[in-house]
Amino acid sequence: MKAALRHIDFQRGFQMKHATEAIVVGLAAFAALLAVAFAQDELFQAHMTILTLVLGVSTIVLMRRVKFGNAYAVPGNGDSSKYMDGVIRYGVIATAFWGIAGFLIGVIAASQLAWPHLNFEPWFNFSRLRPLHTSAVIFAFGGNALIATSLYVVQRTSRATLFGGNLAWFVFWGYQLFIVMAATGYLLGITQGKEYAEPEWYVDLWLTIVWVAYLIVFLGTIVKRKEPHIYVANWFFLSFIVTIAMLHVVNNLAIPVSFLGTKSYSAFSGVQDALTQWWYGHNAVGFFLTAGFLGMMYYFIPKQAERPVYSYRLSIVHFWGLIFLYIWAGPHHLHYTALPDWAQTLGMVFSIMLWMPSWGGMINGLMTLSGAWDKLRTDPILRMLVISVAFYGMSTFEGPMMSIKAVNSLSHYTDWTIGHVHSGALGWNGMISFGALYYLVPKLWNRERLYSLRLVNWHFWLATLGIVVYAAVMWVSGIMQGLMWREYDADGYLVYSFVESSQAMHPYYILRTVGGLLYLAGALIMAYNIYMTIRGKIRKEASMGAEAPVAATA
Amino acid sequence: MDFEYQTMRTFADSWGLLYMFLIFCGVILWVLRPAARKSGEDAAQIPFKED
Repeated sequence: MKAALRHIDFQRGFQMKHATEAIVVGLAAFAALLAVAFAQDELFQAHMTILTLVLGVSTIVLMRRVKFGNAYAVPGNGDSSKYMDGVIRYGVIATAFWGIAGFLIGVIAASQLAWPHLNFEPWFNFSRLRPLHTSAVIFAFGGNALIATSLYVVQRTSRATLFGGNLAWFVFWGYQLFIVMAATGYLLGITQGKEYAEPEWYVDLWLTIVWVAYLIVFLGTIVKRKEPHIYVANWFFLSFIVTIAMLHVVNNLAIPVSFLGTKSYSAFSGVQDALTQWWYGHNAVGFFLTAGFLGMMYYFIPKQAERPVYSYRLSIVHFWGLIFLYIWAGPHHLHYTALPDWAQTLGMVFSIMLWMPSWGGMINGLMTLSGAWDKLRTDPILRMLVISVAFYGMSTFEGPMMSIKAVNSLSHYTDWTIGHVHSGALGWNGMISFGALYYLVPKLWNRERLYSLRLVNWHFWLATLGIVVYAAVMWVSGIMQGLMWREYDADGYLVYSFVESSQAMHPYYILRTVGGLLYLAGALIMAYNIYMTIRGKIRKEASMGAEAPVAATA
Repeated sequence: MDFEYQTMRTFADSWGLLYMFLIFCGVILWVLRPAARKSGEDAAQIPFKED
């Protein structure tokens, strides 16, 4: 009994807890300093210097919190809800922050293609900013959105608080550290050259630890649920977490050259390495950018529309269809390469079969609004969620089409691919994340409503216009590029040199930058709206749809 | 122990494929069985039990 009481005292003694964390992070900072001292190469030394600084600053922040601990918000305390929402609030802010950072880097990278003078050697040239952009939007923006929403949804639909207590905080901060290490590594030029898996072995190991902790938090919450049935959104989230763990570990199997050096060699070689990479790469699309975000769709669309999902049974068919098919689609990234022909065809066939579950899911999302379509006129948040599903449908139509070998022979290596990826990423992942953020902020901070729905409307149109400009421009430039590359004259010579195709794309590159700027502008408006909502302000404005009552009498 | 590439591949694209296909069909049939309609409608209400 005494021991139990002391345990409770220790738990309540918040200052003590942060002391432990400060000591652990401080020791880690010292270990990083040792790694600087004994580094085998300059890049590792530079990277570990950054790590030492990050961990050192974190230690100082934690120590200050020990001293003045009572003055700060305590995770779990001060929550009016019975769930653990502190970490989700941080996740919402991190999502908005990394989103804007990622979009900004994207605009810079697009500008570099249009105006090559903007390449600043060596840290800020296109080849280093490009992976910085992709990782920032996919893993930093998308990843934080997924972690925050999954931890929010799993608590509500399981009617249980997060398992593992402060482990969720470790997941959050550990994931931010992964982002910082990956991002600074790219700028330094540390890469293993695998798309979407650029970080070197030591950063990969860290992500593995964080990801296993994430799995424990999520799965533990499901295990201790009070709701007998596991809601379908959690199925999607769980499959995303488990599959990403598997993909990440297998694709990054590598032998480091030295314990204190950056360089490592993949366990695979040649075409096996390529296939493993695209098995990983396409399933990062399938399970990170699709399954995880479908988890959001199956929770936030019903909540915002205030009606249950159109067909729950269809959602289960959707789930198993995706799970059984997606994992085989990767080889379509390797058409007309050294990969055996049967494997290419296999990838193509499974990609085409994916039409069915993808469109089943899209119909399920859209039909959830049947009987409530009028809400789209007055609710820009719902509009955002719905257009994201529409873009999901569009890009999952385009993707299988591009996986057909004959189409791929034109589209592969051209800007068409870039346009396709962006209609999926900006349209589907971006819009549904914005919708989820707009839904979450008033709930998490106990506000009556958002600061301004009119600003959500502005965000909606700026983002939509940006995507349309971007995708349309990339279709034109990509197809033009593909056609120029394969144009032969009567004697069998190529008509255009490569540089001629590059020159022809210049105007489209400028327009693409404009599309990106529109999208970025929308996100900045969102950040302002979220900031004002958190501060508790409500904008005086005419409610949405109020200006149109006259039309009804006509 | 003869785990050659060809052996494993042949196993995967015959028995392995059949195994996966049957499980998939089983799942679909299970979901579409008449009694699943009611439990599906109940499950769809889960997000509305809590705010």
